[in-house]
Amino acid sequence: MANVLVVAEHVDGQLRKVTLSAITFAQEAAQLTGGDVEVLVLGSGVDGVAEELSKYGVSRVLYADDAAFQNYLAEYYAPAIVACAQQTNATIVCSPASTTGKDLLPRVAAGLEAGMVSDAIDVFDDGGMKFRRPLWAGNVITTVEVTTPNKVVSVRTTDYDSAEPTGDTAPVESWDAGLESRDDVEFVSFDQVKSERPELTDAEVVVAGGRGLKSGENFEMITALADVLGGGVGATRAAVDSGFVPNDWQIGQTGKVVAPQLYFAIAISGAIQHLAGMKGSQNIVAINKDPDAPIFQVSDYGLVADAFEVVPELTEKLKSVVE
Amino acid sequence: MKILATVKRVTDPDMKVKIKPDQSGVVTEGVEYKMNSFDEYGVEEAIAIKEEHGGEVVVVSVGPSESTKELRTAMAMGADRAILVETDEDLDSDAVARVLAQIVEREEPDVIVMGKQAVDSDRNQTAQLLASYLDWPQATFAFDVEIGDGWATVGREVDGGTATKRIKLPGIITADLRLNEPRYASLPGIMKAKRKPLDTLTPDELGVDVAPRVEVLKFEAPPEREAGEILDDVDELIDRLKNEANVL
Ligand SMILES: Cc1cc2nc3c(=O)[nH]c(=O)nc-3n(C[C@H](O)[C@H](O)[C@H](O)COP(=O)(O)OP(=O)(O)OC[C@H]3O[C@@H](n4cnc5c(N)ncnc54)[C@H](O)[C@@H]3O)c2cc1C
Ligand SMILES: Nc1ncnc2c1ncn2[C@@H]1O[C@H](COP(=O)(O)O)[C@@H](O)[C@H]1O
Repeated sequence: MANVLVVAEHVDGQLRKVTLSAITFAQEAAQLTGGDVEVLVLGSGVDGVAEELSKYGVSRVLYADDAAFQNYLAEYYAPAIVACAQQTNATIVCSPASTTGKDLLPRVAAGLEAGMVSDAIDVFDDGGMKFRRPLWAGNVITTVEVTTPNKVVSVRTTDYDSAEPTGDTAPVESWDAGLESRDDVEFVSFDQVKSERPELTDAEVVVAGGRGLKSGENFEMITALADVLGGGVGATRAAVDSGFVPNDWQIGQTGKVVAPQLYFAIAISGAIQHLAGMKGSQNIVAINKDPDAPIFQVSDYGLVADAFEVVPELTEKLKSVVE
Repeated sequence: MKILATVKRVTDPDMKVKIKPDQSGVVTEGVEYKMNSFDEYGVEEAIAIKEEHGGEVVVVSVGPSESTKELRTAMAMGADRAILVETDEDLDSDAVARVLAQIVEREEPDVIVMGKQAVDSDRNQTAQLLASYLDWPQATFAFDVEIGDGWATVGREVDGGTATKRIKLPGIITADLRLNEPRYASLPGIMKAKRKPLDTLTPDELGVDVAPRVEVLKFEAPPEREAGEILDDVDELIDRLKNEANVL
């Protein structure tokens, strides 16, 4: 049987929701292979994550509880995942295309002698299993076939709904990775940007600002609007490059991909590389003082206006609407 | 210290790519090419490491003969010599990694600096695959690199913040956006680069089978999003979001 193995992602003892989208992908892939969906949790003292994952219609959760997995290091995770895939007859290994997934999965692919598909948005049968993936900043979608028996896939989670709890629970089994320690790599720190706001990739509403805001202080206008709507905040690479906001906020081809219900692009021109990260949003609102800004070609609602005037007005007026 | 940096020739990101009518690839006529932007950060970092620790910077590209242009640019920035592994085929990341592994075997660098992602194929795999084939440690998405005592301490851009990792050399680092400001090639640099050594090899000579593990069958344009409406004012926007889009 050709199973599909999902590598779970968690932070601070909490499951990252993007994992649930990877499970949905895995369920679609498993329909094609005729195998089961199993989930692997690598961590230390994260029993809660393993328990939670058992509820989403998977066949089994394997939990490797090891101090070596306390902090994520590709050099330790990859060989464990390779061993697990081999022992559980998984021919497909997948995970979200997060920074962890991107760092980790190619190493797994090398270990399994597998071809790897980055950012899969579709898996289907057409005379054999095929995948679709975007490239060239989303300007091109290719259909690809992996010619190796094993396949590794990073999943573009914005293209998959989160798996839902089924009411059943799958068994959680502890699994021994049989790790060998290495002396050539050390975890030093993870400096989390603590925020009350939802994670960009999970948020239902995203408010993003661009270079037109001119300074980091002016981004308070963006965060104020986001807070009224309970949204996440994002930015263009130009705004990040200019030092207005942290790199973690960057949306686009070389940043994060988001697809919320509602996206505000404020003082953003709409370069193709930015669109690559937000074009999948349900509703796009653009606010730009230039009527010819390309962002208006993809937005559902546009305001040709000075952001410094209309954003505070919008924020004030929304306060009474959302209450 | 011997530093290897990789350079991919990619289509100019400011140009819109067009797909061939038979969906077999993208149109290449009239297209401009340049060095992958993350590789510019990588080459800059390699030169900065050499300036601090001494040694040599070798740049490598796998691609068509025209890639000598990007290699000359890297040498004009300050790299010492270049290797082109010439192929007209569009290799997958795995084949590139296996070619590079052979170059590493010959050159025995102390550190390899690569880009995090080639902005044409958007795969973000090659460095991690190469690290795995060499069984070296990796530090991807670097915004800060300190080298000393045979180790690299690397600040990394990750979801939710930043992370710091130490890898013992030899190891692989991939460049992210905030790593540095790539220098421009100076005129004397460009003149000098013309005389710097550039060796050409083929995958065959390296004994690497470049048959793809991921075969591309079809190229298509994504569905277009339709342009919506320009509204009069904030009140109309709120009304539409509430009553038409139902998102408030
Ligand atoms: C290889 C590569 C990868 C890239 N990856 C990314 C990526 O991942 N994400 C990304 O975002 N970019 C990326 N870029 C950069 C991208 O090409 C653009 O340069 C960038 O998105 C522009 O950001 P911006 O819209 O904030 O700035 P600009 O293009 O400078 O636009 C600013 C806009 O603000 C408007 N404006 C100014 N003042 C006001 C005001 N008071 N009120 C209202 N509007 C105002 C202007 O009319 C203008 O449209 C990449 C580029 C390359 C080459
Ligand atoms: N054909 C190539 N020649 C040289 N370097 C490459 C090539 N392909 C990929 N790379 C390197 O690997 C990085 C990541 O590429 P990719 O994995 O294809 O996104 C690039 O930034 C380059 O540094």
